[in-house]
Amino acid sequence: MSVRPLPLPLRPIEALGRVTLDVVQSLGRFGRFLAHAAPLMLLPPVKTGRVVERIHFIGFRSLTIVVLTGSFTGMVLALQVFLVLGRFGSEAFLGPAVALALIRELGPVLCALIVTGRAGSALTAEIGIMRISEQIDALTVMALSPMRYLVAPALTAGLLTFPLMTAIFDTVGIFGGQLVAVQLLGLSSGTYFGEMQSFVDLGDVMTGVWKSLSFGLIVTWVCTYKGFHCGHGAEGVAHATTEAVVLSSVLILVWDYFLGTVLP
Amino acid sequence: MIRVESLHKAFGAQPVLRGVDLEIAAGEVMVIIGRSGGGKSVLLKHLVGLLRPDAGRVFVDGTDVTHLHGAELDAIRARYGVVFQGGALFDSMSVFDNVAFPLREKTRLPAGEVRARVEERLAQVGLSGVGDKNPAEISGGMRKRVAIARALVTEPGVVFLDEPTTGLDPILVNTIHHLIRDLHRKARFTAVMVSHELPEIFGIADRVAMLHDGVIVESGRPEAIQASGNAIVQRFIHGEIEEGQP
Repeated sequence: MSVRPLPLPLRPIEALGRVTLDVVQSLGRFGRFLAHAAPLMLLPPVKTGRVVERIHFIGFRSLTIVVLTGSFTGMVLALQVFLVLGRFGSEAFLGPAVALALIRELGPVLCALIVTGRAGSALTAEIGIMRISEQIDALTVMALSPMRYLVAPALTAGLLTFPLMTAIFDTVGIFGGQLVAVQLLGLSSGTYFGEMQSFVDLGDVMTGVWKSLSFGLIVTWVCTYKGFHCGHGAEGVAHATTEAVVLSSVLILVWDYFLGTVLP
Repeated sequence: MIRVESLHKAFGAQPVLRGVDLEIAAGEVMVIIGRSGGGKSVLLKHLVGLLRPDAGRVFVDGTDVTHLHGAELDAIRARYGVVFQGGALFDSMSVFDNVAFPLREKTRLPAGEVRARVEERLAQVGLSGVGDKNPAEISGGMRKRVAIARALVTEPGVVFLDEPTTGLDPILVNTIHHLIRDLHRKARFTAVMVSHELPEIFGIADRVAMLHDGVIVESGRPEAIQASGNAIVQRFIHGEIEEGQP
């Protein structure tokens, strides 16, 4: 039985309803996917070898790009903040300003965005190719859970590596800032680090840790989900990879704002 | 052994299976034939639990597996070996690791025993010495044979083969058919094979079923199928173009 089309004035409302339903269904599928995978991170048999391999894939192989971007972020930050502080005669606060900006905000966010581009996209593409070449079906019919083999280890690795990568990003960034502050701008090393110790407390560090932990979960969750549910053929994998990177990046920024409002 | 009752499946508005009824006896080689895109692989995916039917049921040893989930379904699948159309080899692993994978994950066999079994299976499919290679480094025919070795390494009771010879040259087609027949003689597993390699499959099948327009239009011993009076079966066997069809 064919459905009669609605009168023209009602069609925008129908379209809005359809979009709303699609969004709600997508959110439901995302939620169910995580609810299915999350317990497998802890329930035996935990695939330790796969977790280590994923840590290497997401973390170790992203180290170079994280160190490179971290150092230049710290250097640029020092340069720009020095110019601003100079207008108020407060150059001595350059160290704390760079450290707080990196630890609370830029470190977790930039590191997550960089790892999304480097490892998140590769994660989606890898799982997507496994989907279209029936490798995931092969695991399923072997009575082995693809969620346990492919998704849970990636989630665990994301939760472990993102805080560590962020810590590396922050550290390298602070030393990059010191390089510019001391060598280029003539600030003493003691002033740079001494003031930093007075202004940065554990709460600031924990803000960065909570952010990086949640970003680790968001990126691996979105990227594995998109790979797992990718469409057909090379186009399907390409589309899923693009969607994964865009959605992860947007969620990182939105969630960062939300955490920024609730964390001290 | 396996009984399919009135299986229906549609993708969107497109019906693929319109009431499939089929029985597969223990230990036999059942070959499902039919035109490309006719739903053979869809039927096979229902048998191994990768797809859920819109209506109808699949029984394995009297158990309705249609609505099984989780551990119950895995217990049934633990007796299966499946050869996928493209092989579905894990491209991040070597040939040896691919074949060893089910043993390492599903059994507690010591490493030496795993090695011995994998090497035995690779030798049976004529691939001794290629264990260190990556699946991307071997030919299509070799990948199919690796997939067969992986499916059989756990000594399954039922083996499903989805077009294991598609895209191969005639010599390789015969090689793989003989391989399946030989392995079946030795292990006596139940085999369900989807194929449109005619007339070669008549030499290895115990029974043949023809799927057409979403239903089984004929099933029986190979000689009975070849002598069938059903016009659809005869047209398919002889490759005759149907009126009004490309």
